[in-house]
Amino acid sequence: MTVEAREARQPWILLTPAVSAVLLLLFVPLAFIAVYSFWLRTATGADQVGFYLDNWREALGDAFYRDILLNTLKIAAITTVFCALMGYPAAYFIARSRGNKAILLLLLMLPFWISYIIRTMSWINILGVSGAVNSALMALGVITEPIQMLYNEATVILGLIHFLLPFMVLNVYVSLEGIDETLEDAACSLGATRWQTFLEVTLPLSLPGLAAGGLLCFVLAAGTYITPLVLGGPTDAMFANLVFEAIITQLNWPLGSALSLMLLAVLGALVLLYNRYLGMAQLMKGLG
Amino acid sequence: MGWNLVRVWTLLVYVFMFAPVAVVLLLSFNASQFGSFPMTGFSFRWFVELAENEAILRAFRTSIVLGLLTALISTTLGVLASLALVRYRVPGANMISTILIAPILVPEVVLAVGLLLFLNFLGIPKSFPLLLAGHVIFTLPFVVLVVQARLVGIRRDVEEAALSLGASPVQTFFEITLPLLMPAVLAGGLFAFTISFDDITGTLFWKPGGVETVPTQIFAMLRNSISPEINALGTVMIVMTVGLPLLGAAIARRMAAGRGA
Repeated sequence: MTVEAREARQPWILLTPAVSAVLLLLFVPLAFIAVYSFWLRTATGADQVGFYLDNWREALGDAFYRDILLNTLKIAAITTVFCALMGYPAAYFIARSRGNKAILLLLLMLPFWISYIIRTMSWINILGVSGAVNSALMALGVITEPIQMLYNEATVILGLIHFLLPFMVLNVYVSLEGIDETLEDAACSLGATRWQTFLEVTLPLSLPGLAAGGLLCFVLAAGTYITPLVLGGPTDAMFANLVFEAIITQLNWPLGSALSLMLLAVLGALVLLYNRYLGMAQLMKGLG
Repeated sequence: MGWNLVRVWTLLVYVFMFAPVAVVLLLSFNASQFGSFPMTGFSFRWFVELAENEAILRAFRTSIVLGLLTALISTTLGVLASLALVRYRVPGANMISTILIAPILVPEVVLAVGLLLFLNFLGIPKSFPLLLAGHVIFTLPFVVLVVQARLVGIRRDVEEAALSLGASPVQTFFEITLPLLMPAVLAGGLFAFTISFDDITGTLFWKPGGVETVPTQIFAMLRNSISPEINALGTVMIVMTVGLPLLGAAIARRMAAGRGA
């Protein structure tokens, strides 16, 4: 074999294990559940192989599933808006501060490393019947009976914001850091106020980072089922909870497949739209 | 004026991020027998009870073995693929990158369902190998991203020098490339371990009955009520997942400094 031929083959040898792992453990399984969603659950024994539309009729036709899907998207949207409102100024402060940026950024990255389940459950210590807020209010004599603040849609959203805010801050920070500061100086020297400079120069240039952070927050929020289980009430199920119920509790795998694919279709469409207009590069920057 | 507003806002955001975690740390040292306020005294009793809780120790062992194996496999796959993508001009590199990143673009629940149903169809039921396969596949993109970012910074001419001085490609890899790559490998491995150690979304789908990882154990304990033991466990988790990466970063910096000297 010539040296050139060996050179040309080498990268493929290096790539084969990783690429085949992803193909075999992600892409083939996704194709498989697409097929599985047309099978039929039988009360006893194995699922009936065939081409049945029952699961799809139920998943797409039943108002129960549609309402929860819409509510899930609403919760994800509210979470994303709050993450943007809270995260953008923080990212701006870190990017433009004259102090120790590395420490500020490291502090904000720490929650990334703290377990998701711990961070979610920690809100029970804050808002629970004998949590910090109730204890403080009772000690101050503001209330005599603890207030029930937990286990509703608002606390689910709160938990999601707490989980996802670092993703937003990091993405916005990366894009703010990429802006040439001389552009802002130029705007100022041409007579723009600091606020005008922000609105007309900085904000538009940082929109790709905001979009990348927004996409991550939205997709991760819409795919969660743990937060509603820990911080939500019995009626606060999100769409992924329905998938979990169907697959793990009811063992209705064909229906669970159809529901999974519905979720994938909705969130996948968002990712594709994002990729079409903004490209994946910005997202990768924020993740790396 | 506006800048001060931003400063105060940022401070509030940091308080929002850290207050709940601080309360977990605080309550884990509470002497009271309820996992809540008021603080009645300072005590290590919940850590002692933790160390004597057989179920929690088992969960720790499972999580650590799973995390180490995940890190080993995921880092190996990720480093090889990153080498190919950064060092060679591969036709369709963009497409391949997208494939390797795909596991984080697909919602984890959907990935979990797909893997569970497909491997079950192939005769692999809910089991440790299924858990491992799942953890490898969703940590791989992070390893690829981290390793690629570091790999770009390593100069090619050092390797070319070794080759031109008569080293074989394999020798060059083990004596030149790999040592230079070590910080990237460690960072990738650490990242994979932490993500695996922390995962609950996929794990609840894949774990066989009776097997618990630390997060699923905490989740199961939450079903009752929040006990001081959970706060103590949270403190241990925080120390592990925050302390380990900081330690790793310190070691990496030391190694880099050692080489520079």
